[in-house]
Amino acid sequence: MSTFTLAVRDSSTMLRRNLLHARRYPSMTLNLLLTPVMLLLLFVYVFGDTMSAGLAGGAPDRDVYIAYVVPGLLLMTIGSTTVGAAVSVAMDMTEGIVARFRTMAIHRGSVLIGHVLGSVLQCLASVVIVGAIAVAIGFRSTDATVLEWLAAFGLLVLFALALTWIAVGMGLVSPNAEGASNNATPLILLPLLSSAFVPLDAMPGWFRPVAEYQPFTPAIETLRGLLLGTEIGHDGWLAVAWCLGLIVLGYFWSKASFNRDPQ
Amino acid sequence: MTTTTATATTAIAATGLRKSYGDKTVLDGVDLHVPEGTVFSLLGPNGAGKTTAVKILSTLITADAGGIRIAGHDPAAHPDAVRGAIGVTGQFSAVDNLITGEENMLLMADLHHLSRREGRRVAAELLARFDLTDAAHKPASTYSGGMRRRLDIAMTLVGSPRIIFLDEPTTGLDPRSRHTMWQIIRELVTDGVTVFLTTQYLEEADELADSIAVLHGGRIVAHGTADELKRLVPGGHVRLRFEDPGAYERAVGELRETVRDDQALTLQIPSDGSQRELRAILDWLDAADVHADTLTVHTPDLDDVFFALTAATTADHSEENVR
Repeated sequence: MSTFTLAVRDSSTMLRRNLLHARRYPSMTLNLLLTPVMLLLLFVYVFGDTMSAGLAGGAPDRDVYIAYVVPGLLLMTIGSTTVGAAVSVAMDMTEGIVARFRTMAIHRGSVLIGHVLGSVLQCLASVVIVGAIAVAIGFRSTDATVLEWLAAFGLLVLFALALTWIAVGMGLVSPNAEGASNNATPLILLPLLSSAFVPLDAMPGWFRPVAEYQPFTPAIETLRGLLLGTEIGHDGWLAVAWCLGLIVLGYFWSKASFNRDPQ
Repeated sequence: MTTTTATATTAIAATGLRKSYGDKTVLDGVDLHVPEGTVFSLLGPNGAGKTTAVKILSTLITADAGGIRIAGHDPAAHPDAVRGAIGVTGQFSAVDNLITGEENMLLMADLHHLSRREGRRVAAELLARFDLTDAAHKPASTYSGGMRRRLDIAMTLVGSPRIIFLDEPTTGLDPRSRHTMWQIIRELVTDGVTVFLTTQYLEEADELADSIAVLHGGRIVAHGTADELKRLVPGGHVRLRFEDPGAYERAVGELRETVRDDQALTLQIPSDGSQRELRAILDWLDAADVHADTLTVHTPDLDDVFFALTAATTADHSEENVR
């Protein structure tokens, strides 16, 4: 069997294992969904009128704010779902089963690839759930073409892949599940410090760089542009560059950590 | 014997194996040789380096120095060739606790690239063989220690490995499960499999192993068959124990050639434990009018060997006795 066929076959076995875990124990995935859903409802129904009044100086209009906040929350959903990947990788590493995998003649990276693919699929499922709730409370995209929808989908996949590889690296260097969940906090925290809830130019000047120089803001602006027709500008390329950079970083970091001799 | 036949019949060979973590030396030049189809037991106290040796030989970690051949392959150069020949059951159960016993077995079948039908057949067969059919559809997390260990070995056997590493397979098991495990290991050997077993139980090595190496402080301090090892320590003895210090003192005065322990009020008379020697000792005791409260015959076992060989750190009392 060639290296490539071996990689595909073993990785798909590991993916099946991963999805079996997710199906058998859905509580973690659902718990991670709670934060973005709560924030969505909170910001729309409780803060919605106030927040929308600040947007472009308009009158209080909850629908305007729904449109503004949903793209950010979809990406936040991805961030929070990948925390689950960090935790399950860390849990896996503390169990003897991974030691067994390491002593088997299987494709070395398949364990991690299984986790990554599983996490990306979970991210997409979670995005669909949060997206459905958003549509149910009144979110509508404006004039998005098929091409824009495809681009939006591509962006979500790419973003999920990027954050997952980073999360997998975090999981590998964490001693246990608790440690992984702590180390992965930035994945939940960063969207709160981005343009998800408030536009950049509404932020105090000293804070703006924090929101600007991180992956969530360009990705959110791009998604907003694709779904709602706002100006994307250079955010599109920035978002793709951030994703590719994080994928490369996360991949090599994870690979190096996994190949290190276990204790 | 030519070199070719030597490698063909040697399952595991290691020379000058070294491993240290920081300035702590775990393995300090270990040589091992395990012929195909035999049970080899690496015996040692906690922290002797047994698990480290298994991890190195099973490609889990790399050695700092030393030559290794597993089924004729060098794990440093061709780890996957080694991995294809071995099965490993580590000290901590290597099962996926989140899924069922059967799913664990099918996972192994998939990773060994068995066809779907073949995988189901092998899984069902092994589950039945290890008495896990009833529990096959329950999550492994609900299994008892003995069941999990059986599932662990069943998973190891899915790829029909020719060499199996078992790291302390019976630690933490109740006596019944331990005997079941011994039976399993004996059956494996009947099938021609080579077993590399680590244990801290001398009884276990004595029961199962064709050859035994005693690992202590990162070095092999003795190796051979159980009988050969037992010959390394002084022979057996008859032990007399007294309740009354006066009787004890009188006996000490009367009997020569004994090893005395004044604290425990016991005397040891060298003996091979045969009926004839025993009668001679009894006659001698009668003649000397010595009446011990209890008399026990003690034949050397691996415990004696173990304590004698590992005395350096266990601060032995046998030295105290021999005054």
